[in-house]
Parts: sequence; structure tokens; C-alpha cells
Amino acid sequence: MSEMNAIQELQPTPEENIFFNDIILKAEKITKIFPGTVALENVTYNVYKGKVNVLIGENGAGKSTLMKILAGVEQPSDGRVLLDGHEILLHSPLDAAKLGIGIIYQELNLCSNLSVVDNIFLAREVVQNGWIDKKDQVKKAVEMINRLEQKIDPNAMVSELRIGQQQIIEIAKALIQDVRILIMDEPTSALSAAEVEILFRVIRELKAQGVSIIYISHKLEELLQIGDIITVLRDGRKVAEEEAAKVSVSWLIEKMVGRNPAALFTRKERELGDVLLKVENLTAPRLGGGFVLDHVSFELRKGEILGFYGLMGAGRSDLVDCLAGMHLQSSGKIWLDGAPVTSKTISERINRGFVLVPEDRQRYGLVQSLSVMDNMLLASLKKYIKRVFLNKKKEKTATEQQVKDLSIRVASIRQPITSLSGGNQQKVVVAKGLLTKPKVLLLDEPTRGIDVGAKSEIFELMNRLASQNYGVIFVSSELKEILAMSDRIIVMSKGAITGEFSHKEATEEKLVTASAFGHSPSNGGNNHGSGK
Amino acid sequence: MDQENKKITRKITKTDIQQFLLRGRAFIALILVFIVFSAMSPQFLSTGNLVIMSKHVAINALLAIGMTFVILTGGIDLSVGSIVGMTAMIAGGLINEGIILPQLGVIVYPHTWMIIVLSLIVGTLMGAISGFVITRFNVAPFIATLGMLYVARGIAGLRNNGYTFPNLIGRPEFGNTGFPILGAGNFLGINYSIWLMIALTIIAYIITTRLPFGRHVYAVGGNERAAELSGVRISRTKVLVYSISGFCSALVGLIIASQLVAAHPATGESFELNAIAAVVLGGTSLAGGRGSMGGTLIGAFVIGVLGDGLVMMGVSSFWQKVIKGAVIVLAVIIDQVQARMQERIALQQQQIIK
Repeated sequence: MSEMNAIQELQPTPEENIFFNDIILKAEKITKIFPGTVALENVTYNVYKGKVNVLIGENGAGKSTLMKILAGVEQPSDGRVLLDGHEILLHSPLDAAKLGIGIIYQELNLCSNLSVVDNIFLAREVVQNGWIDKKDQVKKAVEMINRLEQKIDPNAMVSELRIGQQQIIEIAKALIQDVRILIMDEPTSALSAAEVEILFRVIRELKAQGVSIIYISHKLEELLQIGDIITVLRDGRKVAEEEAAKVSVSWLIEKMVGRNPAALFTRKERELGDVLLKVENLTAPRLGGGFVLDHVSFELRKGEILGFYGLMGAGRSDLVDCLAGMHLQSSGKIWLDGAPVTSKTISERINRGFVLVPEDRQRYGLVQSLSVMDNMLLASLKKYIKRVFLNKKKEKTATEQQVKDLSIRVASIRQPITSLSGGNQQKVVVAKGLLTKPKVLLLDEPTRGIDVGAKSEIFELMNRLASQNYGVIFVSSELKEILAMSDRIIVMSKGAITGEFSHKEATEEKLVTASAFGHSPSNGGNNHGSGK
Repeated sequence: MDQENKKITRKITKTDIQQFLLRGRAFIALILVFIVFSAMSPQFLSTGNLVIMSKHVAINALLAIGMTFVILTGGIDLSVGSIVGMTAMIAGGLINEGIILPQLGVIVYPHTWMIIVLSLIVGTLMGAISGFVITRFNVAPFIATLGMLYVARGIAGLRNNGYTFPNLIGRPEFGNTGFPILGAGNFLGINYSIWLMIALTIIAYIITTRLPFGRHVYAVGGNERAAELSGVRISRTKVLVYSISGFCSALVGLIIASQLVAAHPATGESFELNAIAAVVLGGTSLAGGRGSMGGTLIGAFVIGVLGDGLVMMGVSSFWQKVIKGAVIVLAVIIDQVQARMQERIALQQQQIIK
């Protein structure tokens, strides 16, 4: 609390009046509670007219939730939204669109079964006498695509476009409406450097036309380059609001993390054991040509935490999915403990010792209608059978042991899983995996959307598991986390391995460079797929 | 602080009572139905009437038990009524005509118990085929079982060109007598069909609560992807639940044919809807993952007692349908209210832990 006061004191009031007088949109005292987390707590957020309003915070800080509220996708549990000083009620994205609020989402929200034009004009079709005016739509779409300096066929199916192009379409979709306020939620995460430059030029144009931009990104340098005003969220609370010109990258990190970032994740030096997992030429084709996984080869040792870094769509998640037995059409060889792994189904892979903690906890990790205990035991039910029946006592002992080991905070093991916080839900998913007695743990973004405290607990757990000779594969988009936690880091781009660094060698620059490999126009082809 | 704590506790107890009432709604409805009918019609609580009602309920309850498995996985089985008719016709045919083996020029008349086993196997297989079509070819359960509805009903008609197999008493010289005992027989003064209902409910209850398979059924209905990633064999689980539903349908077909001592190809028409109604009334969510066998049994009783009670009171069959329909929708509305309340309670709990 004292910190917040300190920040307010930092801002000289007279200047505030000169510079900050033009608030177009204000989110006042917003609170949002989800089953599992309190995403926002009493947040007041100002959007200034004709400026690039940057919103930053760690994953799970509540940025995306706040944006969804401003775009009418979510309704706040408490608080109100003011546009030009008048309270507005946003019940749906259409309400927001009518008021001139457009949004470009972090996750691509395109209908892959529709064409580029149909997507751009979805729910705002150009209509003449009740019929869609296809010609006009195509004309406008082409204009917009040209403005973004792209060569995309407006009649192509969105599913045929690569991720970066899809992101461009997402931007075009927002720009085609006459927006007064444009929200961009990590618009550059899948763009190449050249595409980012084009986007920035478009942003400056929009600004000159008086459009207010809300810009969310994790790339701090980028923010300082394009931003005018910076607001920092942490754990669902607003911790700072400042002019971009006055701040530095280190200020941003300090505000975002709230403490010395190095203290969060402490990696312990360990002796690595023998080779546990060997993967050779793992390949999975992509629908419509190319590869999801392009001849990936690597080794994992006992007790090693192997980090996988890459941009969105680089194939990291596909790799762990593949190891867990999800991609049926994949080819390549896998050895575990020296013996070849031939099983194709998920349940067989689990029996062999692979276990996946999936990226999307809600969709793939939990059965929401079941209790904490039932979720935790789901993957290892066979172990609690006495004769034919499940033994209640065995089930209870196993659950309580995990609750204690992973310090999962529950009132009762029979309470519904949805009543836990995000971090504790994640621990239940991890516990479910551990109960299958795995050898290789595949952690796909295990810290996504959980608070800082739970994060450091997950990291501690990773350390402990590695020291117990598990092999840990750790997929993350968080540079800091992956650098701090991994014994070795493999960088992927476009399905192929484009770099491998030991803990000592790895730096942010090296990882970012390797992750952008193949995204520049001078793509050298596929000769980087041999691995190491 | 202290006061605040007290406030929270009091609030929870209040919602607890609401929850209790909502959860036990099917049972409360059953009691209400009983009270109303026994007040309005003196014979309603007579032993004779209760036995007849229970026999009616048993038919629907057996189907509803199989249906509960299916609905718990998030599916639906529209074919149960047709499979009832089909198995009735198969059993009737086996008794009256036997199995004709043209190559050998003989007719084999199987034992009654063999006929029963064969019919059950056929019904189970029909369910398994639905399950296979659903999992292997990724057909929506609604469509796959709708197809099965027509196919099975068609086979029922084909078996004897749309005619009834009458007088299913068998002949002593063939050793296939005794089929009517299944429908008419009593144990401790209670009809076999009622015993079967009790036994199957208990077995189904144990399966859903004590076997890994039961847990898998709930998990598949709750979140199929998560269940799959946990190593649950989705296809096997689904084929099994449709097989169970097919088995239950076959059992009902046998009971009805035995009770009537005749097999008619239209037997069991629209039974699937009564079964679904019982399951839903019992608090099982059509979206899957939530529900219980006990609830289904109570649901079947509510539907059955409501139907028979209205008949006894002389309410017109049209009004009966209106009332039944209203009760079913009302039950689902209450279900939704309860679900929303549960979510709110979960949120409150979470905040308290925090």
C-alpha cells in the first residue's frame, strides 16, 4: 500500500493537469473475479486521447482481462467504464464496436473456415438491400491490406495463412472499423521485425488521426519506442502510471515484478545423469504444407531442466504434445532409457513415463465438474484398485500426500476444482502428472496465468524434481524464466531447432535472435534442422 | 473481524440449506407428487396400485440407467426404444420359430435362457455399433443413434413382416417354455422386473462410484480433452457406455415381451424420450460430467408416478403430456439455477481461502 502512495507522490500534479487532461476512456475501480483467480482488484485505468497508452505487467497480471472488459467481452464484477466522462455499459463486443472501441486479441480470433475478406468484415458486413456487397468488401479489404504493405489474397482461406499473416488480418479487421480507441493485445508476438516496423508506422498514422491506442506487449524496448504513457499492472492491481519518456527498462521491470527478479527463480546446480530421452528426426507435417516439427533431434539427461524457447507457432508446444502421444501422423525415433518408444497413444505413453502438463490448463488440464481429488487421480486410477474396486483409503492417502508435497492450498480435497486459485489448480495438474510416476515431465508454459508466489513455488518444484532425477522439459515464452531455470536451452523457429545454448552461454539477445531465424525475408531454407 | 467471520458463517449455512433443497429437488418433487395424488385419489396408495406403478417405473428406470451412462459422457442415445422393440421381436421369433438352418434342413429351438442371453447380446451389440460409429467416424451421438433408431425399428418390423409374435409360451417338447416367468414371476411378492431395477441401480451405482471406468465416464463428460491427456481411453469408454445402454434396452425388450406374452414390432416407441426425461429430472446434466444413478432412479419414479397418478385422476391424456413437458423443463431450469449458485459458492470459498 505504501508503495502506491509513493508512486502517486512521484507524479507532480501540475504537470498532470497539462499532460493528462484528455482522458477519453476511463475504467474506474474495476474488479473481476474468475473461478480460480481474482484477475483484477480495484483497478482504475486511464486512456488518453491520441496517445499510445501502454499497458504492461507479467503474465497473469490482468492486462488481457482488463482489455476484455473494455472491449465488452467480459463484464466486470465491480466498477464502471466511462467514455468521455459518461458511464457506458458494454455487454458484448458489438456494444464496444458501436462506441468505436476496437480490439486486436492476443490469441488469434479468426474463423479459419472463412476467407480473409469474410473474416475482416465478420459481424460488420457491408450490406446493400439486405445482401452482402461482396465486391465492395473485397475492394476495401484490398485497400486495407495494401495499407499494411502485405501481399495477401483477400479470397484466401485464413487457415492457409501463416501465423504472422493471420495476425496482420487480425489488425486489418480492427482497422476496417472506424475506431476511436484501438486495443492491441500483444500484436507483435508473431510478427517479424519488418512487419513490426510497418505496424508501428500504421500506429503513428492512427495517432495523428486522433485515434487512441492501448498497446500491450512484453517486449519492453518496443514499448518505450512506441509508447507515450505507461501503466503497470501487477497481480491484478495498478502499481504505476508514468510518461514513457521518463522511464527506463529497469524501472519497468522493477514495477512489473515488484522485487528483484533474480530472487524469484533460483536454479540449483546439479550433477546431470545419463541420457534419459533421445529424440531423433521427430517430424510432423502441417496441414497445407510445411512442418509443425521439422526434423527435431535432441537429448535430455536425467536431472536436467531443458528449456524450449520460441515465438508463437514455433513448434514448442507441438513438440511436447508429440512426445506425449498426441500427433498421430508424426514420424521419427524416440528412445527412453535406451529403449525405443514405439507406442502411439497417450495412455501408452503415460505408461512409458511421459507426462504432459498442458499449456491450457482449463481446456486440457482439468475436468471442471470433478473435485480436486478426482482430478488429481484421474491419470493414475489403476494404482488405487483393490480387487476390482477403487479403494477410498488409498485414493485419499495419495491425494493428501500430494497436497502436502506440493503445498496445494485446499480447504478439502473434495472441494470442486474450480474453487481453487490458478496457481493451485496448476499444482493439481502437476500432481496428477507426478502420480503416474513419470520419468520425463513435459511442462508446457507451467507458469502461465498464475501469480508470482505460485510461480516461484512451481520453480522450486521443478528444481526438486530435477534433483530427484526426473528429466524436465520446460516450454516457456518468458525469456527471464527460461534463462533462469534451464540447464540448457533449445530455441525453435518454424518447427525446427535454430539454436542450443548452455545455461552459461545463453543471453536474451541470443535467444531472441535464434527464435527469429527464418522469419526474416532472407530465409535460408531448412538446412538448420539437423539439431545437435 | 470477529463479526465479519460470524456473518460469513451465517451466510454459508443459509446457502447450504438452499443447496440442500435444490439438490434434493427430485426427491422433494417425488414426495410432493405422492402427497398430492394420495390426497386426491384414495386408491392411490393401495398395494395393488403401488405394485403396478412400480412395474411401470421399472421399465423406464432400466432404460434410464443405461441412458445415464451415455448422458454422463456428454452423449445421447435415441435408439433405446427401437432396440427394445427389436430385441422383443428377436426373442419372440426365437421362441415361436426357432433358428432355421436351411443347409441342414432342421430348426433349432434354443433354451429359454439361451434366448435371453442371445437377445441381450444382440442389444448390447447394437449399442456397441452406435458407439463405434460415434468414436471411429466422429459422428455426433444424436445422429448416430438417430440412425440406429430407424435401423433397429426397421429390423423389428422385418423380423415378422410387421406382425406380432403371439403367445410366447414355448412348447414343452422343445424345452423352451418358461419365458413369461420373467414378466410375471415374483420373488418375496415383488415382481422380477422390480428386482432387476433395484439390482441394476445398485450395480450402476457401484460402477459409477467405485470403478475406474465410472470415473472415466464422468471425466469424459466433464472435459474430454483433459481426460484424454490424462490417459483415459475415450473411444473405449464411449463404446462401453452405448453398449451398456443397448444392454439395458434389450433387458427391457425381454421384460415387456414376457409381460405381454407377445412381441410387437412397435414395442418401445418413444421410450427413449421418457428415459431422457427421467435422467434429466434426476439432475444429470445433458452437457455431461454431472449427475448420479440415485437421481436417475428418483427421476424415473417422478415420471412414472406422475403419469399413472394423472391417469387415475382421469386427467385427459393431452393434459398429461402438457404437465409432463412442463415438469421436465422446470426441472432443468432449477438445475441451471443450482449450477449457477454452485459456481457462486465456489467463488466465495476461493476468496475465503485467499
